[in-house]
Amino acid sequence: MSASSNMNWDRRNVLRAAMGLAAAGGLAACGGNTGRSGGGSGDALVQYFHAYGEAGVEQAVKRYAKAYKGANVTTQWITGSNFEQKLFAALLTKNAPDVFEFHPQIQLVKSGQVADLTDIIEPVKDDFNQADIKSHTVDGKIYGVRMIDDPQFFFYRPSMFEKAGVEVPKTLEELIEAAAKLKTSKVKGAYLGNDLTPVQHNLIWSAGADTLTADNKPAFNTDAVAEGLKQLRGLFTSGDLLLGAPADWWDPSAFTQGLTAMQWCGMWAMPVMQKALGDDIGIFPFPKVGSAGKESVYNGGWSMFVNAKGKNVEAAKEYVKWLWIDQKKYQEDFATSYGFHIPPRTSLAESATKLKSGLPAEGVKLFNEFGHFDNIGWTQAMIAAINDVMANSVRKNGDPKAQLAAAEKKVDTELKKLFG
Amino acid sequence: MSTTTTRGVAQPAPAKVSKTRPRRGLRASSTFNFWLFTGPFLIGLIIFVFVPIGWSIWLSFFEARFTVTPSEFVGFENYKQVLTDADFRGSLVTFTVFAAFIVPATWALSLGLALLVNRLRFMRAFFRSVFFLPTAVSYVAASLIWKMSLFNGVRFGLANTVLGWFGVENIAWLSNPDPPWYWLVIVTVRLWLQSGFYMILFIAALQNIPRELYEAASLDGAKPGWQTFRHITLPQLRATSTAVILLLLVAAYQAFDEFFNLLSKATWGQPPLVELYKMALGENQNYGAGSAGAVVLTLLICVVTLVQGKIMGFGRGEESK
Repeated sequence: MSASSNMNWDRRNVLRAAMGLAAAGGLAACGGNTGRSGGGSGDALVQYFHAYGEAGVEQAVKRYAKAYKGANVTTQWITGSNFEQKLFAALLTKNAPDVFEFHPQIQLVKSGQVADLTDIIEPVKDDFNQADIKSHTVDGKIYGVRMIDDPQFFFYRPSMFEKAGVEVPKTLEELIEAAAKLKTSKVKGAYLGNDLTPVQHNLIWSAGADTLTADNKPAFNTDAVAEGLKQLRGLFTSGDLLLGAPADWWDPSAFTQGLTAMQWCGMWAMPVMQKALGDDIGIFPFPKVGSAGKESVYNGGWSMFVNAKGKNVEAAKEYVKWLWIDQKKYQEDFATSYGFHIPPRTSLAESATKLKSGLPAEGVKLFNEFGHFDNIGWTQAMIAAINDVMANSVRKNGDPKAQLAAAEKKVDTELKKLFG
Repeated sequence: MSTTTTRGVAQPAPAKVSKTRPRRGLRASSTFNFWLFTGPFLIGLIIFVFVPIGWSIWLSFFEARFTVTPSEFVGFENYKQVLTDADFRGSLVTFTVFAAFIVPATWALSLGLALLVNRLRFMRAFFRSVFFLPTAVSYVAASLIWKMSLFNGVRFGLANTVLGWFGVENIAWLSNPDPPWYWLVIVTVRLWLQSGFYMILFIAALQNIPRELYEAASLDGAKPGWQTFRHITLPQLRATSTAVILLLLVAAYQAFDEFFNLLSKATWGQPPLVELYKMALGENQNYGAGSAGAVVLTLLICVVTLVQGKIMGFGRGEESK
């Protein structure tokens, strides 16, 4: 016995030492990267980016930062699927980033986490896509600079459609039928991501509902949405859906490797897809759900925010202005040289030659015609509530109406906290 | 008897120290050595274990959203919230199901491996290392291997390839909770990671069983195999078994990595720590409620450990011998 208890003690010590070292290492790493000690010329800034999947983006972001003379900017490239959790946790600490990319969400404004950027955006406001300005505005103040717009829609293989005698689906029923016809022993009909949450908002929009009303009340709990969830449950259990793919929806691998005939993905993936499949790619919006619905595209994207509680707010704003307002060359490079994104600056969007023809031009068309932008009042907690609806009523056999009602309750609680 | 062997090994050490003490003077004083050796660990322990525990208990009595330095005292409000939270209570059920699988399974597998390896005449060290090696793999890395290559849902995943030979359709192991195949993935990854370590504990204990007992038994007519195992090996391993089960139970309570990495955006299979993570570090960043949950969980682990110790006699082993 004492033999084993000795071993336990050793193990515990070893573990503790390892934990200590890891934690110390982590702290040291953070400490080293913040470079807050100053001393050198100019300020030291830290920026957080989520890990873009396309090759070369990380190098590009670091190259832009290096070219900035006003401050010494360090980039933290946050890998893994839980960027928002890492960001939110980091914002509470002393090692919080000075600038970070994220989506417009009002709780960051209400908690005083993000700085008012109206003064740097105002001079060029008219050159921005007005929907992007609107989605970053609270009470007349603009809180973030949009860097890229990322429309998300279905990609499909026209050759497979032709072979199976399938037309591009206009309704969810047609999509489900098409998936069944397209499925072979090697290829699944459709891929909506491993947990199906990537299409959750489109399901709501395509059913003629919305996440929130104009005066910030829940608007997603409708019969049409419930019906759509039921149909999606049918698709989920049909065996026609690709599930458990090694690479998730934002990565084009499942599509380019021929695992699926249709995949929900974003415009960023176009260059890789075109390289792998040539012209055998088509796109279409999320089809109509129910009779009152309308096809929809999710105009996602990323924006730059300044940490209002950081130590170098002015220097951080200066940097954001320099890169994301003034340096149009870099903005265009960022939007079109790696993955394809739509520049939110109208002047850039018009001059970006790569988006002028072929598939990218079709993407821009869907973006303009069917796109739904972020609603700043729709926060991470509300997104999580809908994630649960997808899990419980599509992946599990829960009653859609009951699940939507439960989500509505959660969203209501959040809205009360935010708007009183 | 295991006691005698280890004491025998351990005893020469203090003797040596006492011999060298006069020559080295202060530097070798046992107080100095004590602090020299325990100091770094103690500092680490205080900073990374005791302070956070204390802070967490303090936080649990405050309204601490989006802050870890709260000012609004709310008494037991957070505890009320946590204990009435269906998700948190559900997670305790999840944990119980998980522990009911994993504890006996790991115990049996590691004991089985230990018995096999202990019987080997050749390459014993090799097999011991082979089975022990997974212990060095991180849970996150192993989860990703399980998720992306062994148990992915596509036709070329290892599990689906094997099933494909028998004409079975592809299974979405982790995406589809019905039937709950995800438990298979979770249990196997943990078995693979843990069994080797506990196997080593069992081997050590097996080697401490005196040969004379087996000889005496065989003289008395006990048949080798099940009879000797049942009446000699197993009782002799009681103390180690108790410790192993205790450690396994604590480890099961602490399960996080594989659940977090394997089940994305799921509402099922959420053990307590994942729930607490979502509560404290999710969208709401409710550190007060999260801390209250952590305190509840700690108390629960303490109670279970004490009860288990009472039933199985942890620590009594040596005195009774």
